[in-house]
Amino acid sequence: MARIIVVTSGKGGVGKTTTSAALSTGLARHGYKTVVVDFDIGLRNLDLVMGCERRVVYDFINVINGEAGLNQALIKDKNTDNLFILPASQTRDKDALTPEGVDKVLTALSEEFDYIVCDSPAGIERGALMALYHADEAIITTNPEVSSVRDSDRILGILHSKSKRAEQNLEPIREHLLLTRYDANRVARDEMLDVKDVEDILAIPLLGVIPEDTDVLKASNQGIPVINIPESNAGLAYDDAVKRLLGEQCPMRFLDVPRKGIFQRLFGGQS
Amino acid sequence: MSLLEAFLRRQRRQPSGSSAAIARERLQIIVTHQRAGQNDPGYIPAMKQDILEVIRKYVHVGEEHVNINFENHDDVSILELNVTLPEDRAMDVDVS
Repeated sequence: MARIIVVTSGKGGVGKTTTSAALSTGLARHGYKTVVVDFDIGLRNLDLVMGCERRVVYDFINVINGEAGLNQALIKDKNTDNLFILPASQTRDKDALTPEGVDKVLTALSEEFDYIVCDSPAGIERGALMALYHADEAIITTNPEVSSVRDSDRILGILHSKSKRAEQNLEPIREHLLLTRYDANRVARDEMLDVKDVEDILAIPLLGVIPEDTDVLKASNQGIPVINIPESNAGLAYDDAVKRLLGEQCPMRFLDVPRKGIFQRLFGGQS
Repeated sequence: MSLLEAFLRRQRRQPSGSSAAIARERLQIIVTHQRAGQNDPGYIPAMKQDILEVIRKYVHVGEEHVNINFENHDDVSILELNVTLPEDRAMDVDVS
């Protein structure tokens, strides 16, 4: 039985796909057989971020409609063992995503994989509802910014009322807050909500804080999950988040303004 | 950054006036409101508007004076309507 993790947020552009790509890669690197599923039917992006866009032949909807088998549609990641991608359809609309179809595919995946990471589309429409319905755990991707925090709170309400676990009165979904695009410099200047503020408002446990990092764009430009960019701060922060997801304790990094060492002070350098 | 600079910066930080503090306050209000209304039936806002219009035929009240609470208990739902009437009571309305 696989553990199903939804990466969701309500608001668009906060880093759901970046997060889905990084976390699934991280889980696979820890040896867990992992599949990452793109639920954004009609606007697929995960394939680009994972760098497998040219290898897409069949997709999620093809499998639901019985036009292709699961193993024909699954794409094996080239750089990471144990990692597979199930791309979304680019041509169909969201109505093709039926509850029965999603149930069928997730049940089949569940038998083969340890982790199923569902990359949710933005919004609270069908695609997003389908992505979160079967979840055992939810990663609420949030930017330290008012509209993102409000939307995250809204999504939490939906997890509490419209998920399978809520409907069937099962043990509730395990919720995790993942704060992305965090800028410690702006927080220090009181221009940005800090971790504590967002934690207090949303009142769910913190999984990690991903710093604002130019490497995120560099990674997606090349179709590499940022967790695979050596020495990138965002990548290291995702690494930590994966460990915490697996139950390891590790201290939060990148929360404070980096202090310049004596050499940097003397000779300058990127801050 | 020199020590003096750091000190001055600390002085300048006014928690209640910074934009982050404003964001925090706004969010606390909006989130509380959002959570309170989460389990309300969808017709509540429209019903509130209708009730408000009826009351306005007789007294001047604003949106903020009408408070509707919806509570769900095990086998009973309670709809609570609270109208704060203004001090100067009814206005002269021709009801005929």
